[in-house]
Amino acid sequence: MAMHRRKVLKGIAASGASLAVLKAPYVHAQGAPFKLGLLTVKTGPLAQGGIQMEQGVQIYLKEKNNTFAGRKVEFFSADTGGNPAGAKTKVQELVERDKVDVILGPLAAFELLAISDYFAQAKTPLMSLAAAEDLTQRKPNPYFLRASATSAQAMHPMADFAAKELKLKKMITISEDFAFGHEQMGGFQQTFEDNGGRIVKKLWPPLVTPDYAPYIAQIGDCDGVCQGFAGSNPLRFMKAYAGAGLKFPVVGGETAGDDALLRSFGDEAVGLYSCCPYTLDLNTDSNKRFIAAMVKEFNVEPGFYAAGLYVNCMVVEEGLKKTGGKSDDKEAFMKALKSVTLSDTPRGPIKFDSFGNVIGDFYVRHCEKAGGKLVNKTVKTYKNVSQFWTYDEKKFLSQPVYSRDFPPLKS
Amino acid sequence: MNFWLLMAYSVSLGGLLFLLSSGFSLIFGLMRIPNLTHGSLFMLGAYIGATFIVWNRTNFWFAAILSAIIVAGIGAVIERFLLRFLAGKELAQVLVTLGISFMVSDLCLMIWTGDPISVNNPPGLDGATQILGFPFPTYRMAVILIAVVIAAGLWLLLDRTRLGAMIRAGVDDPQMARVVGIPVPWLFTIVFALGAGLAGFAGTVGSPILSVYNGLDQEMLPLALVVVILGGTGSLLGSLVGSFVVGVLYIFGQAKLPELAYFVLFLPMVLILALRPQGLFGRPTQ
Amino acid sequence: MSASRIAAGIALIVLATLPLWLTGVYYINVASQILFYAVFALGLNVLVGHAGLVSLGHAGLFGLASYACAIALQGHWDHSAAIVFALAVTLVGTAVFAFLSLRATGIGFIMITLAIGQILWGLAYRWIGLTNGDNGVSVPSRPSPFGISLVSPTNFYYATLVVFLLSVAAAAIFAQSPFGASLRGTRDQPRRMTALGYHVWMVRFYACLFSGLMSGVAGILFVYYNLFISPQTLALAASAEVILMVISGGSGTLLGPIVGAALVVIMKNVVSAYIVRWNLVLGAIFVAIVILMPEGLVPGTVRLWRKYRTATAVRDDAGLAPKVAEPKT
Repeated sequence: MAMHRRKVLKGIAASGASLAVLKAPYVHAQGAPFKLGLLTVKTGPLAQGGIQMEQGVQIYLKEKNNTFAGRKVEFFSADTGGNPAGAKTKVQELVERDKVDVILGPLAAFELLAISDYFAQAKTPLMSLAAAEDLTQRKPNPYFLRASATSAQAMHPMADFAAKELKLKKMITISEDFAFGHEQMGGFQQTFEDNGGRIVKKLWPPLVTPDYAPYIAQIGDCDGVCQGFAGSNPLRFMKAYAGAGLKFPVVGGETAGDDALLRSFGDEAVGLYSCCPYTLDLNTDSNKRFIAAMVKEFNVEPGFYAAGLYVNCMVVEEGLKKTGGKSDDKEAFMKALKSVTLSDTPRGPIKFDSFGNVIGDFYVRHCEKAGGKLVNKTVKTYKNVSQFWTYDEKKFLSQPVYSRDFPPLKS
Repeated sequence: MNFWLLMAYSVSLGGLLFLLSSGFSLIFGLMRIPNLTHGSLFMLGAYIGATFIVWNRTNFWFAAILSAIIVAGIGAVIERFLLRFLAGKELAQVLVTLGISFMVSDLCLMIWTGDPISVNNPPGLDGATQILGFPFPTYRMAVILIAVVIAAGLWLLLDRTRLGAMIRAGVDDPQMARVVGIPVPWLFTIVFALGAGLAGFAGTVGSPILSVYNGLDQEMLPLALVVVILGGTGSLLGSLVGSFVVGVLYIFGQAKLPELAYFVLFLPMVLILALRPQGLFGRPTQ
Repeated sequence: MSASRIAAGIALIVLATLPLWLTGVYYINVASQILFYAVFALGLNVLVGHAGLVSLGHAGLFGLASYACAIALQGHWDHSAAIVFALAVTLVGTAVFAFLSLRATGIGFIMITLAIGQILWGLAYRWIGLTNGDNGVSVPSRPSPFGISLVSPTNFYYATLVVFLLSVAAAAIFAQSPFGASLRGTRDQPRRMTALGYHVWMVRFYACLFSGLMSGVAGILFVYYNLFISPQTLALAASAEVILMVISGGSGTLLGPIVGAALVVIMKNVVSAYIVRWNLVLGAIFVAIVILMPEGLVPGTVRLWRKYRTATAVRDDAGLAPKVAEPKT
């Protein structure tokens, strides 16, 4: 499969290049090409998502013949390795050496937090899936735009669902020990406890954990588990969970039940609830087009990571159209990007709030077996969810950012 | 938290660690070099095994043996063509194994990409069995059994065969062994290959538990080091005891003292090296 | 003026005017990286080259300084206090490191230092309360010594250059000093040194402290360069990289570690854009150097150059010799 994938990627690159060459005389390029940079992860547990991110961008570029708003697009992809130090090195390369106009990515919240000051100083617009909350809350970065969700944006509705529909009362949370994990679980805890539930224990395995056994051994005395694993870790966790004979219902965030992972999951995933800003069974035109293209090019059904980047590209192109193809004036370009609203995207309608974070629909899905394979069936749609959920914005901002210890465990 | 459950997990991890580190211990004991490529060979074996299992749908056990043979072959090549050049220069040999580990790691990345591979439990060993009143993954119990079988096999090899006698002689006194006519260079190649093969086998056997990903070598090598240092180089019993001690330290450390998990793991290693360098069961050589 | 002095002078001029002729902020940054990694390599070389002790845990000391500085700065200490604190912590840490490791030599020393490096890495990785774990610690700003802000890459480069030159001077003075000679004595003939009345352990201990201090200085430069520190920096791979720098350049020489640092940093940053799998290339170079040119690139090149010179000298003689028939004796 790896071989097949690489051949396909090479094929895409070749076809993209040849198409670009073919169209060259016809493209009235606005002077210099538009340089698009991508910070992604191709090694480590998050690679599963990172590879998809690049695929999402490539699908969009192919659809648009490598041209945004009349300008030829030059695409630079960098592998950060899934850690903050790597992200810092690669963002410097993209900005200083390749001189990109806009950056997509990085993937992980802790990577984004490490480079936030840098790209703000460099005045390079950046659109990321990375869910680091504070970049659109307490430490807003004027050059940052997020079309996917903050870490907790998908967890507030999940907690609401868990308390009201699943009627769970005592839950244990388990997620990786890094910013994304902390913020997801914090958001879940706040809304879950506001609705009468209680979190009894919080477990934090490191991002790279060879064996989840020591953590799974600590799960018990509850009526449900909330997990926020990302990348390929959900596969390993659910396998170990089922292997230990545990039967409590499991709810998860946007990465836990990612549609793209379903083909690698076994029966242990049946019954998993997850809340995600993207779902395969969303019936919009652009989603149907997007899924068809992904299946054709890469022979995979897309998930949250690919869809997120596809939507990011849509926003970038829309922003570029608004400035008439000009990207030199970074402030103007950023302003145009922030003002984008789209009604037909693979994830539904989106618009941005004053902090640069998306307001959109979120879908709670239930994993079931249909026709011999696993599918996520949407069971509830929460419309127009903002990063603040139903909380008052000022009050929300006055409390500390969700972290390992906030909200604290009620003893 | 469930003490016995954690204990059971520790024992099964210990079994896997024994498979990993027995090879390392043999190599270190006989050739006096800590083979820093060992983690990469483990990972390579896991990737090869996973490839056979997932894409060729080979039988799990057959794939494990196949990957052991392939990795053993690679080990023999490494020893014969790279380490042999530096015979006697142990420091250089250590550094070469370090360099080779970088190369193997990147080769794995090139061939299999950075996306982790998930391997299912072999059929028949899926799910959990009830022991002492709680469910425990069946496959992990199988791993303990495999470790015991391999341990017995290695003991038979070392104690009851001519090859084993030659290896033991080489471990105890390499100079005398040479004088007596034991073909030490060939012995080195065989032992290195055997160690590598064991690592490859361990990689495949461990893949349903650990899955196969690119940082696996960096995770497993230090554990093998601690096992061998604690248990004593060149001693099979040392590897066995060391594996279970490390299994307990690792699992209990992660569960009870997560902040100091690695400290708990490596401090005994430092203390042993400082106070009793031959380990618990090794013989005072050097 | 000897050839090496002229060469040193030229190198100095080149380094001092680098930002003027090196176009692109990116490359100036790479140059800064080469300089502080060279300081790190010079520090390690004290142990590897002069004491004959190979340490696979030095990235732990490097990272210790970085973390101490970053955590102090996060606690709103001012820059000079943070730097002094970081150096103090590194010194204490190195003392503990040396105390434990010097109980062994040879392979045992490698293993202990590897283990201590792993302990330091493990603490950085899991002691979340102190180090924020995988999320790392951000450094809010760079210092402004004598009022000159180091925020711009060019200013930072010059500051690093100054520290680098001081470190090279320190390393040179050390190498030529009686202490350096006694250290090399303990490497070559520890028993004779003891017989001569040298306290071998103390000599090695002081060497460790000097080595640790230089690594700490490099670590502080690193954290100010990156404005960020994470556990990655203390991993085994990082210790292996700096060993590679020392060995590939030539352990025991002054220029060697600098050349090695330049090689590794350039491979990592510049070449990685063209060859994606540079780790493979790095490993291959490592293996090739250990087998073929174990003394390192600098001494190896000098050796080959000398061979070439004597070869051509012989040819010159044959060509220029007067065509006088030698009396047959």
